[in-house]
Amino acid sequence: MNSFLHTLTDNGPLFWEGFKTTVELFLIAAVGSLVLGTLLAGARVSPVPILRAVGTAYVQTVRNTPLTLLFAFLVFAVPKLDIPIDYFPSACIALIAYTSAFVCEVVRSGINTVASGQAEAARALGMTFGQVLGQIVLPQAFRSIVPPLMSVMIAMLKNTTIAAGFSVLEAGAIPAYMAERGENQFATLIWITIGFLVLIAPLVVLQHRMERKWAVTR
Amino acid sequence: MGGNAMSNILYDLPGPRARARNLVIGVVTAVAVVAVAVYVVSRFIATDQFSTLRTTQFQYTAVQQELANGLLATLKAAAIATVLALVFGAVFAAARLSDHAVIRVPAAWIVELFRAIPLLILIFFFYYVPLQYKMHLPTLWALVFGLTLYNGSVLAEIFRAGILAVPRGQSEAAYAIGLRKSQVMTSVLLPQAVRAMLPAIVSQLVVLLKDTALGFIITYPELLYVAKQIGGRGSFDFPYVVSYLVVAAIYIGICGALSAFAYWLQKRMGRSRRTAAKPVPVDQGNASTAGATV
Repeated sequence: MNSFLHTLTDNGPLFWEGFKTTVELFLIAAVGSLVLGTLLAGARVSPVPILRAVGTAYVQTVRNTPLTLLFAFLVFAVPKLDIPIDYFPSACIALIAYTSAFVCEVVRSGINTVASGQAEAARALGMTFGQVLGQIVLPQAFRSIVPPLMSVMIAMLKNTTIAAGFSVLEAGAIPAYMAERGENQFATLIWITIGFLVLIAPLVVLQHRMERKWAVTR
Repeated sequence: MGGNAMSNILYDLPGPRARARNLVIGVVTAVAVVAVAVYVVSRFIATDQFSTLRTTQFQYTAVQQELANGLLATLKAAAIATVLALVFGAVFAAARLSDHAVIRVPAAWIVELFRAIPLLILIFFFYYVPLQYKMHLPTLWALVFGLTLYNGSVLAEIFRAGILAVPRGQSEAAYAIGLRKSQVMTSVLLPQAVRAMLPAIVSQLVVLLKDTALGFIITYPELLYVAKQIGGRGSFDFPYVVSYLVVAAIYIGICGALSAFAYWLQKRMGRSRRTAAKPVPVDQGNASTAGATV
């Protein structure tokens, strides 16, 4: 038990650094993917055929591509195009590009939960597509969107570990450093697991609370 | 999937002004798409990504063999993990549906735990820990065990949701005519539940297949690993771009076909009258509380 504790205390700065980067990655990718995903969803339900096609093509392609492949492409292939890009921004871009496809689908199915009479009434008042979506449908869709959106964000938080394979020192990279230091790997991984549970728990609690609070029968 | 129906409700049939506006937006979008495409292609041309030197490798049978081996390794890991995850999922779904709290509660904890741990960390448990104790666990099995625990847990939730989706009246009627618990499960609930959850299972298997790419990080020689090998050859001027594009096409082709199959199944199930159960949503795994590999 003592050595288990020492695994963490002896390497405090490494764990701190790792989880700090994980949280940074998560926050940046969360904001980025929420914005891009919502825009994509808007494109997918818009009256403009080309916008719809672009949105659909993006989502279908990205959803069927492994995230690890996106990481690898950004880190190894993009510099070959003479586009200099650092590891951390690469990781952010990969996570945003990937997660926004899933955000898009959640938002889009949320839009479908709003009773059609709402949009019809808004249209009858002479509202444009932007007004119908922005002022009537999305605000109502929000409550049914938030719980699944939270799941997407939790999954994204876990996906940040993949950056470890691409030279970003986040929580997933800790085992490699600890192996070099000859530390106990089992204890290391248990500590990382605990770290993730600590990060995920408030998100899950928040999700359940919102699900209960906003459970509506339509 | 009423996407189209809904989007028709969101806007009126365009009149002259709306048509003009939509045309402008359409043109702007098209110009933006073309601009991005031109930029990408110009980068490709400026850095000469498709030079004969860089593409010539793919005409060698040895390199084609390398790619085939990578694909085979990917499919092998996915196939083993699929079988194990289905078994794991069935066992833990049964445990979570058990009448005995002694079985039900621990099973619930295990399933929730494995869904909450990042998959890569699960894989690391089977990679770094044996390494430290000088035990040799091949990377294939580290990958397969990680995939099994994670996807098995998600599948357990899908199976459970499928069984619970069968209306209560079905099992009540079965009990009423004197069937035993196991008979109710195998001859009444399961046959109906399978139909309801098949699409969700297939889409979880797409997730599993995509996640085999994590094998790259623990140097399991799957498709992505092979792409890095091919791309990293200096004598061919580091054709990373070409090799990753080839591999991306393979992944998108296979996963796209499987996703389309899941979608087709879902539509077909929607029409089916042979089950009283409502279909388990295809994104069950993704919409679950602990989150999933999105």
